[in-house]
Amino acid sequence: MSTSDDLKTKKDSVEAGDGSGGFIILFFIIGLVASLISGWLLFPKLLYSEKKQPIDFNHALHMELVDEGCESCHFFREDGTYAGVPKLAQCIDCHEEVQGESPDEATFVEEYVTKGREVPWLIYSQQPDCVFFSHVAHVKGAGMDCATCHGPIGESTSLKVYEENRITGYSRDIWGKNISGIKKHTWDRMKMDDCAECHVKNGVNQSSVQTGKGACFVCHK
Amino acid sequence: MKIDRRSFLSFVIGGAAGTALTPLPWKLTDDLSIWTQMWPWTPVPQDGEVSYVNSVCTLCPAGCGISVRKVDDRAVKIEGMAGYPGSNGNACILGMAGLQLLYSPTRVKTPLKRVGNRGEGKWKAISWDDAISEVAGKLGELRKDQSSAVAGIVGSDRGTVPQLLKRLLTAYGSPNFMCSPSMDDSYALTLKLMHGVSASAGFDIENANFVLSFGSGIIEGWGSSVRMFKANSALKDKKGKMVQIEPRLSNTAAKADQWVPVRPGTETVFALGLAYVIIQESLYNKDFVENYTAEFDAFRQMLDAYSPDKVAEITGIDAEAITTLAKAFAGASNPLAVCGRGQGTTPGSLHEFMAVHALNALVGNINKKGGVWAVPAPDYIQWPDPELDDIAQKGIQTARADGAGSEKYPHTASLLNRLPEVINSAAQSPVQALLVSGANPLYALPDSKAVKKAFDKIPFIVSFSSQMDETAQYADIILPNHAYLERYQDVPTPTGLQTPLTGLSKPVLDPLFDTKHTGDAIIMIAKALEGNIAAAFPWDNYEVCLSETLGDKWDALVENGFVAQDFQEPGWEGAFTTPSGKFEFVSKACAAESDKPVFSSVTPEGDEKTYPLILIPYDSMRLSNGFIGNPPFLTKTVEDTVLKGNDIVVEINPATAKDRLFSLNDGAPAMLSTPRGEVRVRVHLSDGIMPGFMAMARGLGHTAYDDYLAGKGANFNELIGPAEDPVSGLDSAWGIRAKLTNVPI
Ligand code: SF4
Repeated sequence: MSTSDDLKTKKDSVEAGDGSGGFIILFFIIGLVASLISGWLLFPKLLYSEKKQPIDFNHALHMELVDEGCESCHFFREDGTYAGVPKLAQCIDCHEEVQGESPDEATFVEEYVTKGREVPWLIYSQQPDCVFFSHVAHVKGAGMDCATCHGPIGESTSLKVYEENRITGYSRDIWGKNISGIKKHTWDRMKMDDCAECHVKNGVNQSSVQTGKGACFVCHK
Repeated sequence: MKIDRRSFLSFVIGGAAGTALTPLPWKLTDDLSIWTQMWPWTPVPQDGEVSYVNSVCTLCPAGCGISVRKVDDRAVKIEGMAGYPGSNGNACILGMAGLQLLYSPTRVKTPLKRVGNRGEGKWKAISWDDAISEVAGKLGELRKDQSSAVAGIVGSDRGTVPQLLKRLLTAYGSPNFMCSPSMDDSYALTLKLMHGVSASAGFDIENANFVLSFGSGIIEGWGSSVRMFKANSALKDKKGKMVQIEPRLSNTAAKADQWVPVRPGTETVFALGLAYVIIQESLYNKDFVENYTAEFDAFRQMLDAYSPDKVAEITGIDAEAITTLAKAFAGASNPLAVCGRGQGTTPGSLHEFMAVHALNALVGNINKKGGVWAVPAPDYIQWPDPELDDIAQKGIQTARADGAGSEKYPHTASLLNRLPEVINSAAQSPVQALLVSGANPLYALPDSKAVKKAFDKIPFIVSFSSQMDETAQYADIILPNHAYLERYQDVPTPTGLQTPLTGLSKPVLDPLFDTKHTGDAIIMIAKALEGNIAAAFPWDNYEVCLSETLGDKWDALVENGFVAQDFQEPGWEGAFTTPSGKFEFVSKACAAESDKPVFSSVTPEGDEKTYPLILIPYDSMRLSNGFIGNPPFLTKTVEDTVLKGNDIVVEINPATAKDRLFSLNDGAPAMLSTPRGEVRVRVHLSDGIMPGFMAMARGLGHTAYDDYLAGKGANFNELIGPAEDPVSGLDSAWGIRAKLTNVPI
């Protein structure tokens, strides 16, 4: 049953509504700004955990000492497979004894070399297991530079922080440092689109060598 | 300012619009898709350097050459090694699943000492030094007055590790070195009695063109299973003939050219019936029989009782079919008769082996192309006899606990099947300490209950097992061996190979755990016992012992994996060293039974009234029934007509199912009882088993190992008891009386 009181309340609220138009816009803006801030700034912080490499490594220093560039340590095995991150066996020749003053060097020798333990390096460019990638096809076959995908890592004097995606467990370097996915260099991202971009540009054979199937099967066997 | 519903909604809309302008939704979608495609808990194959290591598989006596693929330090695949004699590039399903034994959660990772009750599974990890001194301490104490009360059980007596254990027992003063029995024992005894030689039986099956198999599961894992599979296919390709004499429609029977479903237990009679026809029709090899055999007349006389009509009555096979088969066999250019039921893991009746071997003799294919050859064991173990002190000298003169070599069983070297009964019937167990290596008697010996009871009476049990198997679970101390892919081991001639061969199993990877080679453990125990015992083991460690023992073969073995001896078909001249110097159809060794027909049959245990049916076992390639338990991959392949859920399935003929007081449908649960035990089963109606009989798979019903095996099905050995063969004393039981009763569903 409606009374005059009820009518009054309704009227009030309509009036209030009219008066609160500015508020509505304000709240819209607050929502917008808050989500922009959290999406651009907070979210990346939350998405990635920061991990330190077990010990630091100076690529630049080593590059001066070796003859064959990256391949001196990141070499291809006789059967053409790629050895990836060096194993202790390769370091041991020079590092049986502590070299120089660096505390990381001391840890390396004490904790790993003497104990015969492999260093559990975190690999920035580790691709998901569903990706089939052949280094030999790119480096030897297509004559690409390591830096095209990996950047000038050989010039670095220390290892950067490893940012691990909390959902997928893979490194941030795959998506790229830039959260919006914009890249300046070829090595800024390692997503499928980046592979595809280059494959298309260079007219790479669009079928898998192993299966003869096309499209996806080139990289996903 | 008043926050009402509208402002809230506009906040949300603003938030949604803003979010759409950030990378968040796109990035999250991408990450979630990666996450769902690559669940973090899914194991990812290791990346690394690929290499192959050649070795020899020691999971069964076939000893196939294998090639193990490794990625860095992890073994990832087992394949056959090309060029290895017999198996040549192939491996069986068990061999290929071997990595699951290497990386099994049931590996014993360190020496263990029992702290709870026997079998309770409560252990304390102890150091190797403590474990060895504990074992040596116990043995040292026992040696003062009861040296012969120490017994050793091994899988097979061939090779350096079993021989080291035997040497330890000898130097210690005990004659009780025992092996797990198999058809190899019966074949060895057959050759001893009929040929007069110490040898193992080799089958030149690749050159045979008519294979007459008395229940041997040629494609069920008999002998060297890999080689037999290949030989069977080759036989088909060259249009040879394969006849399977077996009461049940096994895979071998199904694939044979002819299946002869004799009544179980009448195989011996059937063989004699064939011999009767061959002699009667004068189809035998005159040259061989007249010049190289003895007792032919006695044999012929004995066969009078086995005319086709009589044999037909006993075996249930048509007299005419018997005659036709005998003629076909004798008419083939390279006929070969083999026996040893299923995989040959039980020795069986010696008379059956002799009767079947007599068929080979009649057609003259002994030591000839396509026939059965007597193969001498490789003789590389040439250790000087240990020097015995007084205790040892006295100890080894004592009678063996199992009765082998006694007046009753003078020809048999080891009678493990008799041991449980001997222990159970004695006031005090004649075995006070037991060392078990490469065997799982608690699972594999018939009448598991009696075996357990016997083990209860043995105060001290040491297991050398690398896996927590039933026997290890029941031990007091476990001195874990390296897994088979982590150790050196010499592998003498694969079972059934017709040329002597020495193989070498090599470590494929470094030991994963704190284990020691059993050879080393034995040497350490001997050294701790000091005196003459220690002196009998002059080697620093097992590897030194092995390389010295193999001498100039060592380098070739490490390089190639095997050394084949140049060995031609032995022929007949000078091949027989029996008392008569000839092949003996009828051996004097069987004469003690002269009041019975010379060839006796074994009747199954149990009275017919209570147990109207007869239960027989069968073997399958998908079930390992030796001392190795099934790895999970293997169990995965077992059909649900063998194992349904956790229930074992027994095959019965539809006529039997209807014939009972109640009617059983396919898959119905029932209680199966025999005089030895009782288990819950499900029935599977099959025309492949004859009415009145039931068949059950061997190799299930483990109580040890992991969840993929323990508690699945029932162990056939819980239902059957041993039956002593009158001549050899070996277990000759082929079935047991049984009954089925309804259980409420
Ligand atoms: S047959 Fe025996 S030795 Fe050969 S692969 Fe199989 S388990 Fe190993």
